[in-house]
Amino acid sequence: MDADKKRFMNILIGGEAGQGLVTVGQILAKGLVRSGYSICVTQDYQSRIRGGHNTFAIRVGVEAVNAPQESVDLLIALTAETVGLHRDQVSAHGLIVIDAALDIKGDGTLTVPFSQMAADQYTNIAALGVCSALLGLDEGVVAQTVVDFFGKAHPDVIEENRRVLNESHRWAVGEGVAFEKLSPLTRPPQRVMMNGNEAIALGAVTAGLKFCAFYPMTPATSIALNLAGWAHEMGLVVEQAEDEIAAINMALGAAFAGAPSMVATSGGGFALMIEGVSLAAMTETPVVIVVAQRSAPATGLPTRTEQADLEFVLHAGHGEFPRAIFAPGSIEQCFELTQKALHIADRYQGPVFILTDQFLADSYRAVVPFDLDGITPVQPWSTEGLKFAIPYRRFALTDSGVSPRLLPGLTQNLVVADSDEHTEDGHITEDLGVRQKMVQKRFTKGEGIRREVIPPELKGPERPDLLLVTWGSSKGAVEEAAEQLRSEGKQAAALHFSQVWPLVPEHFVDHLHGAKEVAAVEGNATGQLARLIRRETGFHIERLVLRYDGLPMTPEFILRALNP
Amino acid sequence: MVTLKDYGQYETAWCPGCGNFSILEAVKKALVASTLEPHQVLFVSGIGQAAKAPHYLNANVFNGLHGRSLPVATGAKLTNPGLVVIVESGDGCNYGEGGNHFLAAIRRNIDVTMLVHNNQIYGLTKGQASPTTAEDFVTKAQPEGVLSAPFNPIAVAVAMQAGFVARGFSGMVDHLAELIQQGIAHQGFALIDILQPCVSFNKVNTFSWYKERCYPLPTEYDPTDWGAAMKQAVEWGAKIPLGVIYRNERPPFGKLVGRGPLVGKETDRGVIGKIMGGFR
Repeated sequence: MDADKKRFMNILIGGEAGQGLVTVGQILAKGLVRSGYSICVTQDYQSRIRGGHNTFAIRVGVEAVNAPQESVDLLIALTAETVGLHRDQVSAHGLIVIDAALDIKGDGTLTVPFSQMAADQYTNIAALGVCSALLGLDEGVVAQTVVDFFGKAHPDVIEENRRVLNESHRWAVGEGVAFEKLSPLTRPPQRVMMNGNEAIALGAVTAGLKFCAFYPMTPATSIALNLAGWAHEMGLVVEQAEDEIAAINMALGAAFAGAPSMVATSGGGFALMIEGVSLAAMTETPVVIVVAQRSAPATGLPTRTEQADLEFVLHAGHGEFPRAIFAPGSIEQCFELTQKALHIADRYQGPVFILTDQFLADSYRAVVPFDLDGITPVQPWSTEGLKFAIPYRRFALTDSGVSPRLLPGLTQNLVVADSDEHTEDGHITEDLGVRQKMVQKRFTKGEGIRREVIPPELKGPERPDLLLVTWGSSKGAVEEAAEQLRSEGKQAAALHFSQVWPLVPEHFVDHLHGAKEVAAVEGNATGQLARLIRRETGFHIERLVLRYDGLPMTPEFILRALNP
Repeated sequence: MVTLKDYGQYETAWCPGCGNFSILEAVKKALVASTLEPHQVLFVSGIGQAAKAPHYLNANVFNGLHGRSLPVATGAKLTNPGLVVIVESGDGCNYGEGGNHFLAAIRRNIDVTMLVHNNQIYGLTKGQASPTTAEDFVTKAQPEGVLSAPFNPIAVAVAMQAGFVARGFSGMVDHLAELIQQGIAHQGFALIDILQPCVSFNKVNTFSWYKERCYPLPTEYDPTDWGAAMKQAVEWGAKIPLGVIYRNERPPFGKLVGRGPLVGKETDRGVIGKIMGGFR
């Protein structure tokens, strides 16, 4: 290892909405991934299209990076406001890159004559050139990324972007700035750049998704937008519904007729869908519901993150019925758990949830391309091995609670489903004996769901002094905090739940009892998982590390809270 | 050859004398006249006395939530365009709770036939005003009379240039059956608003009230003339026109989406590999 080179670095690009900072951020992030580095992107933006102040942070590393970092090594300030807001975060050897025209000078500041290099609309690319030179990136890799990014633009525009990149890169190299470059990689791994929402969309189509209905709502929208972009070549229908109530009911109609279906929304939109959740359970219709959490109640902080909808999703829907709730903590888990969600929904014929959030939705990471071999898509129309009596009864009582499912119109058999309590053949009933049997039937399916639960993942020693319990997108921050504590000599471990319902106590109670101290780390104000664990196991996690300021969990936040 | 017998005969939960019985008969007649077999048809209904109708014949049925039949029907039709999809529910369900879906379905021109049992009252919840209840109508919930103006579904549908807009009356079963048959044959969204008495809770708009006022549109009436249709759409009171009030040949939504059936569609792993490559 070259002692002069950095193995981790945090780059923060800040500016107004409309200045192209996301463009620069995405190109730089992809250039880093193509150069073989790991990244973890945190996007912080306001609920507006122009103005305000937004940031795009890229934490980059030679080894895996799975969490954001608060201190900044390289601050690319597109406005003076960026410097004011983030100067305090800049580390001792950090550098602030700023437009010479803004007249901000001082130690640790690199002023760049952007106006001499590029017209106003290309300033962001000039900043990219300076940044890539400071990091020691190969200009060719970045230039190719720029060309790919602007692929459909006019050739003159692409050419000007290239020229500006080249000139700014050359300028920065010529300045000979004292800034530690990233440690170069001898054998850069081949990886792709993907965020959480992209991985959910990709996981869904891989698992055979055919129908998605949605009503736009940050931070869930890009799931549907990705699917819409692939809809033509994949043969999907992606429909923008008139409201969220329509979205889930459309998905249920599509699923009833045989299309593996999904909806994606955030808390407020999900609130509107809830009667449909209950309907999915009663009519035993498979549907995957993605809830991308953001700060609430009500409209809350529309573009900020939170993990406060666990109890909401767990209890959503009137009446009692089984459900599964997945909470991916990484891009890979977004991909894998979305597939699993579609399969569980299909196998147990009911609603299945994915709880993600703004941080993970927008967080680009470097991932090894997913292996598609051996993945079986859901095919509800397949009647292979399906045994059923004639006349067909959609809700025939079985040992597993799962009834053989036929689809309407594909056979001579009639498929009847009802939101009322119903007989085995799907018709309204007020026979109270049948009612009891149907409740039991639905909960018998729950036992199957429970048998397929993914146990929480323990990282660190089996019997630690401190066990940090977490779920969903806080995974990376918690695991890194535990690692940091171990490097300081403390026996710390992390326990991450990627499925938060059902909870199977025998999967994890030994871990809880085996630790000297247990703390729950959650992105909410009350410790919802801790409360759920207590309800299900009686184990009281007394120490809580909670964050509810709209920002993602970071290792620094956790360590500060643990060692005040 | 399909016959009325194939659609069965069931005991119902309706009041004796309810207009629903005649509507059920007309629906069965229309299905037989359309030579459709029960398994080719999907009924989607909501909640209310009218929404129970699909339970009383043989067909595929999804009896969902109050007001939400149209989105369910939309999803099902896009998934399996081979199904004949019929929405059947009451005025409260379709025009009240489901009002936004009614507008959206017209805009999409989804190839679904919507049968609205319109008795101008809530029956199942025992006599509150519906969106189509006349002004000043007194109910237990509106003891000083209805203060809101009634919703005119025909005028709204014609104004929005819905694909097929018709009005029938439960007292004219054969005429109604023919309208339903035409609605099913229409490629696109078809609304059939069906006037019917509620013998228990609407003592004003009775069978004879409708009988005295309803008249079939003359054969020379041209339902493709939008201007003329708008005039007919607002005729209400002393005389109430029945028949196809407006129609056009706008292509149905599913055809514009152009995906064909989603059910049975294989997942192309090659395409997914290509998409993943795009993330490099």
